[in-house]
Formats: sequence, C-alpha cells, structure tokens
Amino acid sequence: MTPGTSTTPATVPAVPVLGSAGPARVFLAVLWRDIFVTGRELGVFLAQVVLQPLFLLFVFGKVLTELGYARADYAELLFPGIVALTATLTGLQSTALPLVIDFSFTKEIEDRLLAPMSTALVAAEKVLFAAIRALIAAAVMFPIGVWILGSVPWRADAMPLAVAVLVLGSLVGAAIGLTLGTLVPANRINIMFAVILTPLLFTGCCQYPWPSLAHLRWFQVVTALNPLTYVSEGLRAAMVPSVPHIRPVICLLALLVSLAVFGTVGIRGFLRRAID
Amino acid sequence: MAVTVPAVEVHQLVKRYPKRPVNAVDGVTFAVATGEVFGLLGPNGAGKTTTVGILTTRVRSTEGTATVVGVDIAAHPVAARRLIGVVPQRNNLDRSLSVRQNLLFHAAYHGVPTAERTLRAAELLDQFGLADRAEDKVDTFSGGQAQRLMVARALMHAPAVIFLDEPTTGLDPAARLFVWDRIRDLQQSGVTVVLTTHDMDEAATLTDRVGIMDSGRLLALDTPAALTRGLAGRFTLEIGTVVDDAHGAQGARGGVLDDVTDALAGWPDVDRVETIAQSRGSGHQAASGPEGGGMRLRLYVTQEPAAMVAPVAELLRRCGARLTDVHLGTPTLEDVFIDLTGRALR
Repeated sequence: MTPGTSTTPATVPAVPVLGSAGPARVFLAVLWRDIFVTGRELGVFLAQVVLQPLFLLFVFGKVLTELGYARADYAELLFPGIVALTATLTGLQSTALPLVIDFSFTKEIEDRLLAPMSTALVAAEKVLFAAIRALIAAAVMFPIGVWILGSVPWRADAMPLAVAVLVLGSLVGAAIGLTLGTLVPANRINIMFAVILTPLLFTGCCQYPWPSLAHLRWFQVVTALNPLTYVSEGLRAAMVPSVPHIRPVICLLALLVSLAVFGTVGIRGFLRRAID
Repeated sequence: MAVTVPAVEVHQLVKRYPKRPVNAVDGVTFAVATGEVFGLLGPNGAGKTTTVGILTTRVRSTEGTATVVGVDIAAHPVAARRLIGVVPQRNNLDRSLSVRQNLLFHAAYHGVPTAERTLRAAELLDQFGLADRAEDKVDTFSGGQAQRLMVARALMHAPAVIFLDEPTTGLDPAARLFVWDRIRDLQQSGVTVVLTTHDMDEAATLTDRVGIMDSGRLLALDTPAALTRGLAGRFTLEIGTVVDDAHGAQGARGGVLDDVTDALAGWPDVDRVETIAQSRGSGHQAASGPEGGGMRLRLYVTQEPAAMVAPVAELLRRCGARLTDVHLGTPTLEDVFIDLTGRALR
C-alpha cells in the first residue's frame, strides 16, 4: 500500500465519463422503474384499487335501485362520484403507504434519492406516477360501470372537462398521499387510514350531489372542505349536467388550489424525510 | 479540461441536530487524495456515518464546507451525485427488481447509455461472482451477496469516489475477505475510496490513511503505520524466563527472579515491567512459568522490541536466569484509540 497525503494534488476529469444526463432523462428513468414494476403486476394492482368502488357501485347503484330503496336514476348520479372516488383514493394510496414503507423500512428509494436530479423532482415523480395509476383505475371503472349498471352516462362533448377533472383529481389525491406518507410517523400509519380515509370517502359528495345538501348546511360546509367533492361535482357537471352541480370553473379552481397546497406541503415533507 | 483538486475535502464540518446536547459532527477537517483508500475509524456514534451522509448529499451540514472533486456538495448536490457511488450500511436494494435489473436501473438513473449499461452490468456481475444469480430476486440474498451487489451497483456509473459505510459489518469471514479484495481492486483501478469502520484490522489492512473519530471529532489522522509508530512506549516484549540450575536453593531462586525484575526495570529502554505469572519454586506452578523458579514478564519498551531480545537474554544470563520464550508485541490502532480516548474501541 502506498500511503497518500492530503497535500498531493491530483488530476481528475471535471466530468466523469459516464452518467452526465440531464434531469429530464433521469426523471424518465425513475418514472420508468415504477411503471416497469407496476406493469408486471397489473392484475394485482387492479384488484387492489378496483374492488372497493366496484362493490360500492354494485350495492348502491344496482342492489338498492333494484330493491326500490333508491330511485332508478340514482345510479346515473352515483357513477361519476364513484369514478371520482376511484381516481382520488387510488392516487392517495399510491403515494402514502409506499412512501411510509420506503422511508421507514425498506429504504429502497435511497438509490433514486442519490440519482443526479433534485430531490423535489423525486417527490414529483412519485406524484406523477401515482396519478397515472389513478387514471388507469378510473378508466377501468367505465367498462365495469357498463357491466354492472348496463350503461353509464356519457356525452362526447363532456370529454375535455371530464379528463381535466380526473387528471387534477388524480394529482390532488397523490399530493394528499405524499403529505400523509411523509408527515405521519410509520407506527401511526394504520390509524391514519382509519381516521383520514373513511371521512374522506364519505364527505366527498360521491354518493350525493353537493347542492342537494342545502338543507343540511353544516354537512355542506364540511364537504366543501374535501377536495374529492370538487372531483365528484366536476365529473357530474361533465357527465350528467341535468343533476344540480357546482360550476365546473369553481371545481377546477378548487382542485388547482388543493394541488398547490398539498403539493407544497407534501414536497416539503418529502425533503425532510429524504435529507437529514 | 482537467482540474487539480482533492477527491474529497472537508473543512470545519459541523452537524448539529436540534435538541441534542452534543454535535454529531464537531469541526471535522480532512482531505482525501485521488486514488487513495481513506478510512474513518471509530466506535458507533462517533460521527462517521453522519460525515459520510454529508459527503453523499443525504445529510445537510450545519457549518463548514465539503466538496467532492471540487464540487461543493451543499451548493451543488446534483452535480456531486454524478461523481459519487454510495454503499450504505443497510441493505437498500430494490426488492421489486432482479439482481441484474438493480444494476441496470441504477445506471439508467445516472444516464448511462443502454449499450454501455448492459456491458457494465455483465462485467460487474462477473467480477463480483453474481453472474449465476443475475436473474434472481434480491430478497433471497444473504448479507454477503447483498453487500457485493451494492458495491457493484455503486460502480455502475463509474464514480470518481466511492463511499462505503461499514462495508463488512455483520459479514462472515469469507464474505469479508471478498469485499476486502474488491476494495483493493478499486484501489488498483484508481477509484478513490472512503470507508468507515469500527474494525481496527480493516482500517489497518485496507486504508492508506485513517482518521480516528470519537464523539464527532477527528482525533488523529495519518497512515496506520505512522499512527502506531507514534505510540513508541506501547511496544511490548513478553519474555519467559527460568532460573539456572546452578542457583538450586529455593530461597536463592526467588532472589534471582527479584534481581531480574529490578535489573530490567532499571534499564533506560524499558518504561515499565509487568509480572504476568511467577513461580518462586515453592511447589505450586505458575500459569505459564516453569516449575521451580520461573516467570513471565511483559516489558513496555521504547524502541523496536526485536532489537532488545539479545540484550535482554544477556542481562538474564548475568543474573543467573535464562530466556525460554519471547513474544514481540507491536501497538495496534486499538491501542492508538485507547491512547487518544482512554477507552477501548468497542
């Protein structure tokens, strides 16, 4: 062994031979890893995210209407709400739990945190990937809706609004998941799912239109605080405009504000977990 | 363009965690030359891992500066990440991917072109003895295999500096030797290596220079040989001796042993004499001494112990005893640590 000395200057290349890609290419490689892994187990993924909305749709949209406990047109009102629920909650669950597991247990994310791009971009990738999962799950709800209900409300000119609301709803869900996944301590994650997910599920106007809550003013106020309400209402505006709904522009604005708030808080939480 | 800078340079580095009474890293300064194998040796909690955390962009320093190949890590973490490879203390392999995919995706994160990354993955799998496991999932791996794969992964993007945080902790002896050999290979190929360890043998065997850390401070920094040489008084010479038969009487035997001890203690090259075992010929046998008048002594000497064997033998002869056994003891990095901190390393 030859003892080196700290004072000996050495000649090194300013940039290494390998690995000098720009951030876009690094970002795509990290995104590709998640898509690659999920793509291999697409069936498992769909079973994870589609079963709950499928049963909600079946019991509330089919069983209750067949038995006469709900009006026949209730299914039309319910379907956009269930699609909204699927998109938002899939987004949330695709970031929250994996991040808790990654940061607290497997540490698998460390290799990506050491990739040559800013740490905030790693968080952004998580949100984008979760939103892609959420959109796939929401899309799958359309054939399922046709299968269970016989038909689903659809208008061709509703497409742009429906897509805009779903994309924003998926991103907001993922950003809420990023916030929860990085702020809630690992040992509290079970409590989080019970305490946060259940209220989110029932105060998001999935099962009822928001304007109809005028008689139940306090509940109307509570539901107005849930971002999911604006996904449900926005989709209703696109798919069943005859049902009273919140104006689309308000839905889109509320979702943009939610995305900004949860995106900012979530990325801050991510940075705190990623960098000591 | 080429620049002349140290591979790693750290100046007055401090890491303070809120609500902690002492700094995790407390004013550490050192530089690592290109191609050097540099070790940070210290017990758990000494601040080694935090220092490496700062150097690998995962821990934000409170004060001071740290650079890799001239790039300021705090100011340009993304640029720094291109230059470094990291082997963490804990297995953080991607369990959703196969062995080969772990290497390929890592290279993709670092923008290594597809053809290049396929080639490098095959080479590294071969070099690290993992070629026959290439398509396996990593969750079936033993600690040693996981460690090998993590070192291979860190090399996929050809970093200028590789950081290994306690690379052999928890490995069996064979796996440990394998990792040591790979680290020597890295040294041969000119990659700068920074490793942490609490194993003094590892530090002494592998590193060109070693920094001894305790309680967040760098207490000493030099080649392992120079650090131990600094402990001149810590050379030891262990001798076994028996009284010559000419001094048959039991009382006389005890006197001879006392004479030997006194003579050795009075010698200028001997700091101190410690009696390990003694039998004064009164019937009971000392642990390592011969029956009927003998003893084992440890001499703390101030010069090379080998050079003192002959003079000691001569001194014994003059006193009427003879040398039966010699053991030369040179100080280790453990002794250096004890000398610096007053505590054992573990």
